[in-house]
Amino acid sequence: MAGKQPASSARGWRLIYRHPLTIRLAHWVNVACLLVLLMSGLQIFNAHPALYWGHVSTFADPAFAITSEDTAEGRVRGLVQVGGRRLDTTGILGVSNLDGQSVERAFPAWATLPAGQDLATGRRWHFLFAWAFVLNGLVYLIYGIGSGQLRRRLVPDGDQIRDFGGSVREHLMLRFPEGEEARRYNVIQKLTYLIVVAVLLPIMVLAGLAMSPGIDAMVPWLADAFGGRQSARSIHFIVANLLVLFTLVHVVLVLVSGVANNLRGMLTGWFAIRDDRHPGETVR
Amino acid sequence: MTRGLDRRRLLLSGAGLATAAALGGCDRLAGTAFGRRTLQLGEDANLFVQRLLLTPASLAREFPASAISPDFRPNGTIAPQDTDYLSLAGQAFSGFALTLDGLVEAPQRLSLDALRAMPSRTQITRHDCVEGWSSIGQWTGVPLADLLKKARMRPEARYVVFHCFDTMEFAGGGLEGGDAAGEAPQGRPIRYYESIDLVDAFHPQTILAYAMNGQALPVAHGAPLRLRVERQLGYKQAKYIRRVEVVDGLGHLGEGKGGYWEDRGYEWYAGI
Repeated sequence: MAGKQPASSARGWRLIYRHPLTIRLAHWVNVACLLVLLMSGLQIFNAHPALYWGHVSTFADPAFAITSEDTAEGRVRGLVQVGGRRLDTTGILGVSNLDGQSVERAFPAWATLPAGQDLATGRRWHFLFAWAFVLNGLVYLIYGIGSGQLRRRLVPDGDQIRDFGGSVREHLMLRFPEGEEARRYNVIQKLTYLIVVAVLLPIMVLAGLAMSPGIDAMVPWLADAFGGRQSARSIHFIVANLLVLFTLVHVVLVLVSGVANNLRGMLTGWFAIRDDRHPGETVR
Repeated sequence: MTRGLDRRRLLLSGAGLATAAALGGCDRLAGTAFGRRTLQLGEDANLFVQRLLLTPASLAREFPASAISPDFRPNGTIAPQDTDYLSLAGQAFSGFALTLDGLVEAPQRLSLDALRAMPSRTQITRHDCVEGWSSIGQWTGVPLADLLKKARMRPEARYVVFHCFDTMEFAGGGLEGGDAAGEAPQGRPIRYYESIDLVDAFHPQTILAYAMNGQALPVAHGAPLRLRVERQLGYKQAKYIRRVEVVDGLGHLGEGKGGYWEDRGYEWYAGI
């Protein structure tokens, strides 16, 4: 349907070809990979739900831990411990339901892959999809850099940087660019995607590799660059949380800025913008 | 078992598995033969790439004495209850002799004193548990390569297997602990075992350690002898070793996957 009629429509909207096939495919493969990596990652975390800084674990004094303890009333409550602070998280973290029974586990069954406690299978899911994620990411990066798409899409233009404050104000009021301006991502979008693609996702891969004793024998500076293997593990966990946060914000903004249009854009490539060209202007 | 990395197969299988994930059928899929085979591809790729990039001489990081963990966590079996083990432990392992046999020209039986008289290697390394934690300890022991050279391996040798004292469970019975436990055990005892290939067996940091942090190896950490294979995870570092066997394949041992935890779903190659 859309592919046949790219130029203009009667009601002042026209469709532009926004997302090339490679980027659309890479996006959806990435969605699947990150979902499996997150859930199997939480399964792996559950095997030792505590984080430390440095090369080794200081078992008596973790920087972060999800635990449980017996209460005076004979119940069990779940706790999140950050430094010296403790927060009751019964029902979600530390103690949750599995098949109708209250169990002591860091992340609940609905958030982990597999659902039940099974480190061996969790690791297998994690490593298989880590490979799929890395290969998909390489395809995206090679295509994106080679075609110039990455620079065009994600690097802010000069006028966008000059109007950064204005873009922030518009964003906070949930007002999004329309017409010709909607051809490109706005400056906050560009910077956010750039940080995710060029900083957070590579850090995830590198911090993951820094936990491998084999890789550490090959490139000992990698774990050191993170401050030690346990620091790399903590950073892997923190950045995973940042990616979850990014995904939540991303999905909310997709919903409020025209969910059908956004989804059609990322599924078929065609994205509708308001036709605000001046008479006589040619289509770029 | 093929260890080849086929990118298209990996991607296609990944996409197929991801779809199943979206449908919430992951756990069911992982239970099928196809699912298990597909999930295995990640380990195959890890072994392929790490063996490609890691030279046999790449050493695990060694740390200064100041980095040694005061709280090195003992894990897995920490007090074997097997009667043969307890009687040896009762006499400070003076009656212990390591058996080295299998595909070798000159099988060996070596007492702890004989092992201590051999050239030793001392290394301060980081121990990484599959669960995620790490501790640093100092290990002293005999390089496995020296023992294998002494026994003269036959050309068909491919793997080195470590048979341990500690009984993990009883086949069919499922009872934890050894044959000295209160309840009469049922079935055949399943003792811990592990295996490595010759690349790791001849690695200079691969030792049979009899000392930890300058002291005789404590029982909780695997007395009288434990393996250190420093470029892999903790469960490969077999404790309570009684016999080293050189073999040409792993199929005839346990469930055929090359180790107690491998038989229960963990990767044979634990370099990641």
